[in-house]
Amino acid sequence: MEAILSEIIAKYNYWIYVVLMMVGFYAMIGKNNLVKKLLGMNIFQTAIILMFISSGVKKGGLIPVLDKQAALEHGVNSALINNPVPHVLMLTAIVVSVSVTGVALALMQRIYRRYGTLEENEILEKIDR
Amino acid sequence: MKKDHSLPQDRPIGPSLIIEVAVRIMIPFIQLFGLYVIAHGHYSPGGGFQGGVVLGASFILMAIAFDLKTSLRFFSLRANAVMASSGVFIYSGTGVLCALMGGLFLDYSALDAIIPLGPVEWRSMGVFVVELGVGLAVTSIMASLFWDLSSGGDMDKGL
Amino acid sequence: MKRIALISTLFAGVLLIWGTRDFPSWGDPNAPASRHVSPTYIERTVEETHIPNAVTSVLGDYRGYDTMFETVVIFCAGIVVISVLRRPDA
Repeated sequence: MEAILSEIIAKYNYWIYVVLMMVGFYAMIGKNNLVKKLLGMNIFQTAIILMFISSGVKKGGLIPVLDKQAALEHGVNSALINNPVPHVLMLTAIVVSVSVTGVALALMQRIYRRYGTLEENEILEKIDR
Repeated sequence: MKKDHSLPQDRPIGPSLIIEVAVRIMIPFIQLFGLYVIAHGHYSPGGGFQGGVVLGASFILMAIAFDLKTSLRFFSLRANAVMASSGVFIYSGTGVLCALMGGLFLDYSALDAIIPLGPVEWRSMGVFVVELGVGLAVTSIMASLFWDLSSGGDMDKGL
Repeated sequence: MKRIALISTLFAGVLLIWGTRDFPSWGDPNAPASRHVSPTYIERTVEETHIPNAVTSVLGDYRGYDTMFETVVIFCAGIVVISVLRRPDA
């Protein structure tokens, strides 16, 4: 019991993001409308980004923007400053998410012009006919 | 005296004086703040992507509050294409210039041979030039994505 | 279809939570993500690049290659949307 409680306290942030990821995952595979699937993918990507950012936090850490005078005079202790590398990688991930959303919405407009509907089962019927 | 008995949700959405006046005052300050965020990427949270999105959002605000044609009048399609391409060109061009001056690709201290500022100072200047390129590209692509997606490709009537 | 989706979602969720047993605790300064190259970025960013913002110096200087390809990605997204949606003037 003590082991489970200490495990929950140490890692509950990852569990919250896993729950958010599963919400997005269910929307991607369980819904019929194409726009709802796209929103599910967006929720999934946001959960991944938040999980990476939270994995680089240190206890009692300051933000990675240093003070130039203090850093030039007497150095910086890297155990007290949060990790800047996940922030950099997640900037790329946010830009990729925006690009994929834009292209998906453009494709959805063409699908609507061609088939007249945005429900997946109706589109599959019209293709099979 | 004739009274208008229609409910607000039944009237058609048309031009509104309050929105037009308020947005006309706010847009220059939004753009100035976007340029501030791009330029202060060295000393505070910010940089190329963040400031570029704020600048692109100012053109999207103009397209929503007024008309799509108004936004196109201030930022034409040809200028959009030129700005996006020149943003990517500035980034890769800086890298190739560093390689031509004798260093590695994207090694900014090799640009010391053109204007002597010191190799460490050139690293800071190189990052600033590169962020400018990124900001230009992101601004124009954000506005272009909104114009294309909201008008379905023919650019005459947006949201 | 929705029942299959719900079952597979719950199964994947349980599998992921069971996989977080190997993760470092939240806020650990000795996590593997903060140990190999990230302390050198933090300690040497001001003296080597004169930029106090560690995120911008890593983004633009130490990992500048990734940022260049990311700019190309968003440029390609703009081109794709233009080519899919715009019709040539007839």
